[in-house]
Amino acid sequence: MVEFTLPANSKIKRGITHPRSERTNNTKSFKVYRWDPDSGENPRTDLYELDMDRCGPMVLDALIKIKDEIDPSLTFRRSCREGICGSCAMNIDGTNTLACTKPIEDVKSVVKIYPLPHMPVVKDLVPDMTHFYAQYASIKPWLQTRTPAPPDRERLQSKEERARLDGLYECILCACCSTSCPSYWWNADRYLGPAILLQAYRWIVDSRDEATGERLDDLVDPFRLYRCHTIMNCSKTCPKSLNPGKAIAEIKKLIVARR
Amino acid sequence: MLTNNRPLSPHLQVYRPQLTSILSITHRGTGMFLAFSSPVLVYWLWAIAAGADTYASAQVLFGSSFGRVILFFWSYSLFYHLCNGIRHLAWDAGIGLEIATLYKSGWWVVAMSFGLTVAIWVVGYAARGGSG
Repeated sequence: MVEFTLPANSKIKRGITHPRSERTNNTKSFKVYRWDPDSGENPRTDLYELDMDRCGPMVLDALIKIKDEIDPSLTFRRSCREGICGSCAMNIDGTNTLACTKPIEDVKSVVKIYPLPHMPVVKDLVPDMTHFYAQYASIKPWLQTRTPAPPDRERLQSKEERARLDGLYECILCACCSTSCPSYWWNADRYLGPAILLQAYRWIVDSRDEATGERLDDLVDPFRLYRCHTIMNCSKTCPKSLNPGKAIAEIKKLIVARR
Repeated sequence: MLTNNRPLSPHLQVYRPQLTSILSITHRGTGMFLAFSSPVLVYWLWAIAAGADTYASAQVLFGSSFGRVILFFWSYSLFYHLCNGIRHLAWDAGIGLEIATLYKSGWWVVAMSFGLTVAIWVVGYAARGGSG
């Protein structure tokens, strides 16, 4: 449902401005969304000022520096620090991306950091991904076959068949695209969103998969697929430069073509 | 979808407006404006059928400064919706969905919608012989 404003308990209050701990001229300010489930208070945005001479180049480096040196209660997900795990997906400078691959110097003024948009917040920059993962499970993201596998080898693909998975298999399910999509904001309860639809397409075009028809059947629905209105925020924001919007268009084309 | 007291993270409040989303919401806005204003077109056609006097009063209405402002927005909406509609048709065929192409076609829509609107008003006033 379309709701332009935030619920009363989600409105962002003024937060704390942490004093600068080091003396230097090369500083950068970071405005970070904070919410503590134990406080009973509304979310707030805290301001931190960091010495850029003693900070790594990426936004994740700055967050780790804040946690290490200023405020150990700051909570965020991170793991690989090289853009392959998708844990540190968040809204930085107004668009969704991975904190570990987003250079601080790309942001000219104050670096504003929020959790992925329109998600329930567990704490600070950690959104609840339960629903997103449940939607992923709903498209049966595994190889489905009817015929028995060849007895002496794997199910093989030609180079051309394999090439069709390029631009799809690289998706790390960070949810940057889905949470950039206004359609997903308003209808996430029924609309699958770009990330999950790109994954669905990845199995639809897999030459080894034998459930293509059922997969398409599952998507023929006014909400699950067709809430995509080609806004294309998804492809614009994808930190892996993939094109979920195009994948969704290809699914729509396949559904028309088989009629 | 919210469990217990978990807040909803900000969305429209923090997401940077960009060509993709702005053109999309404009497409919807102009489409709604055109749909709601279609009875005005019906009124105009009815006025033609109803005779010279009725048509003359309709012309006075459309010719008033308020009428012209509405007609200006209406013409812009028409051209914007037309141009961006062509873009949507291409997308439905799977064409032009790469971000670089998308931005080129997006700016093309912006330029064409303004250009055509200005052109039709220039032609309109010229056809009236500059008599306002």
